[in-house]
Amino acid sequence: MKNKEPLILVVVVAFTLLTYWLVEPYAHSVMHKHVDGQSFTYADLAPITKTGDATNGKNLVAGAAACTGCHSIEKAGMPAAVDAVTAAQTYGVNPPDLSNAGAIYDAKFLADLIKNPAHALKVEHKFDAAKGKMHPMVAFYGAGGDLDQEVADMVSYLQSIAVKPNQVTPKMAYENACGRCHSVSYEKWTQIGEKPAFKFEKDSLAFDIKVLEYQEALTKYMGKLPPDLSMYIRSRGEHFITTFIENPQAHLEGTAMPRVGVTADSAGKVIEYLEDAGDTKRHERESVGKMVLIYSIIFAVFALLWKKQVWRDLH
Amino acid sequence: MAHFTEATSVKDWLNQRLAIEKVEKVMASEYWIPKNINFLWAMGMVLAITFALLLVSGIFLLMYYQPDVRTAFYSVNYTIMRDVDFGWLWRHVHGVAASVVFLVIYIHMFTGIYYGSYKKGREMIWISGMLLFVTFSAEAFSGYMLPWGQMSYWAGMVITNIFSLGGLHLDGLVEWIRGDYVPAQAFLTRFFMLHVLLLPLAIMGLIGLHFATLRIPHVNNQDGEEIDFDAESKKYLAGDKAGSKVMRFANDFMSKDLMVVGFYLIFFFYLVFFQYGFALDPVNFDPADGLKTPAHIYPEWYFLWSYEILRPFSVNIGLIAFGFAQVIFMLLPFLDRSPNAIPASRRGAFSVWFWALLIDMIVLTAMGKLPPEGIFSTIGLVAALAFIVLWIALPFITMNEKKA
Repeated sequence: MKNKEPLILVVVVAFTLLTYWLVEPYAHSVMHKHVDGQSFTYADLAPITKTGDATNGKNLVAGAAACTGCHSIEKAGMPAAVDAVTAAQTYGVNPPDLSNAGAIYDAKFLADLIKNPAHALKVEHKFDAAKGKMHPMVAFYGAGGDLDQEVADMVSYLQSIAVKPNQVTPKMAYENACGRCHSVSYEKWTQIGEKPAFKFEKDSLAFDIKVLEYQEALTKYMGKLPPDLSMYIRSRGEHFITTFIENPQAHLEGTAMPRVGVTADSAGKVIEYLEDAGDTKRHERESVGKMVLIYSIIFAVFALLWKKQVWRDLH
Repeated sequence: MAHFTEATSVKDWLNQRLAIEKVEKVMASEYWIPKNINFLWAMGMVLAITFALLLVSGIFLLMYYQPDVRTAFYSVNYTIMRDVDFGWLWRHVHGVAASVVFLVIYIHMFTGIYYGSYKKGREMIWISGMLLFVTFSAEAFSGYMLPWGQMSYWAGMVITNIFSLGGLHLDGLVEWIRGDYVPAQAFLTRFFMLHVLLLPLAIMGLIGLHFATLRIPHVNNQDGEEIDFDAESKKYLAGDKAGSKVMRFANDFMSKDLMVVGFYLIFFFYLVFFQYGFALDPVNFDPADGLKTPAHIYPEWYFLWSYEILRPFSVNIGLIAFGFAQVIFMLLPFLDRSPNAIPASRRGAFSVWFWALLIDMIVLTAMGKLPPEGIFSTIGLVAALAFIVLWIALPFITMNEKKA
């Protein structure tokens, strides 16, 4: 009699794969908007045409452009004037420290941000100067010289003080670009910094109250409290988060979340940070997975040999 | 009082008290299995192994899981996934096994339908199997509530709402099931109890029953051949192993069972480590939020076909159709009026019916997940009507089948 088992196996596998394809890749492609990444090229922003002079940039940042009126630059010995909670109550969100901004953010983005914050951040639907709704970061209109030259100088200064782009750590990228709005409770990260281990509960509670006050100001500014991102790598996945960071409006038109303008490398670091938070055991999963599969194959081969031996007498 | 003699060995001691030799014969070495069966007959063992994996991984998860609406999500996603050594492994095994077990159940069911293994004395095998399907479904649903993610919460909301039975507005019944107006602490704790105690007990009892129903009629074979088990087993025991049409369950068939299990485990562990997204839905990695309805709420893939029978109709008609879909499989042995217990390929119209049902259920499964808009709604409605028509037609198309 003809052995029908190969045919049966083909039928079972074919129907299984068809069902899988329909309910997983196909159904999800229909349910979710597909957004292609642009590799963080920020093609909508004008390139920097002038060669920047960091020394002049330094004078502008601390002087005429008044960046340090709101931003700290710890590296250059300019600490924050007020604490994070007070800053959030004043501006809506704590303005980032600029020490490593030159490495974390794209140069074109920084230049556009200095000239027209709401445009670079893609929040013009929320902050429209014509309607009297000004973005809390004031645009730089020039210090008397060539505006583009001055902006190039400032970007050049920020790049000169920052760590080398390859020295940006996942934590550094996340905290500066995302962490002032999004907590990551699984990494003990709050919007005002990492929660330390306190000896006394009253100190711990006092810290929590500060976080709540910050969140209150942030909620007023953003319209809702930005979500905790602890498990986002599992709930949204790498592709969604990467393209969302690149341009939030492409996924969610009208969202209050600004485009943060990170470089492609920094976006990768942010993803790594989120993987450490929400998919902590991924390396262990891959290495254990390989060993278990090798074991399973050996087991199956021995089971096959045993079956052949037992069945030899049956035919 | 029975007569006991001084034992000559441990085996003899046990034999006098438990008749272990007899039990071994009945359950294994003289449990006769036809030789003309293919690897689909190993699905029972594959299911038993998968159930064992669920049980063992579940025991480990139970040591760290906290059934409290404030800490459940954290205990699963932080404690088990990050803190506990290999907690992630147990969770992945548990989640993937819970999904794959239904794939194997469906293969097992359709094998039974194809070869007519619910007929001529095998009705109880089918009925106890369908009872297992129902309890496994309840077990899967209750387990899905426990991580207390967005899909847990909203699936719990939607499914318990079904019990208001549409136009009957039995809202009191829904509240009684939930223990609250919405899924909350009382809901989580009772589903936890169902998942870790009552339903596993029922499943284990039913597995025992399912095995027992098989013992007397014996398993079917792939040719629909009526085998004289007494005569064939005598032939085997007389030494004509090759000439007999039957073989021992152990070790003869068990060696094949184990071989199939071996290949199945490669597939299973590949899914556990490298392709688990289908079983651990991304949406459920967002904590439950009663004020934020997900854009798309859908059950796990194995419930999609019956969900799609509910969905395309108006509330009351949909519920009737859904109720029909839940009980109709149970009645299969009585709806199939044919005198033949042979493979579908030799049964004419029934063969068409079989493949139509299989394809219709795959279409329903796909439409159950896709958003009910445009062409998908139409296809879903047609497939749901086709499901009902197929089952109503079954007695009529099998009645006229000629005896083979």
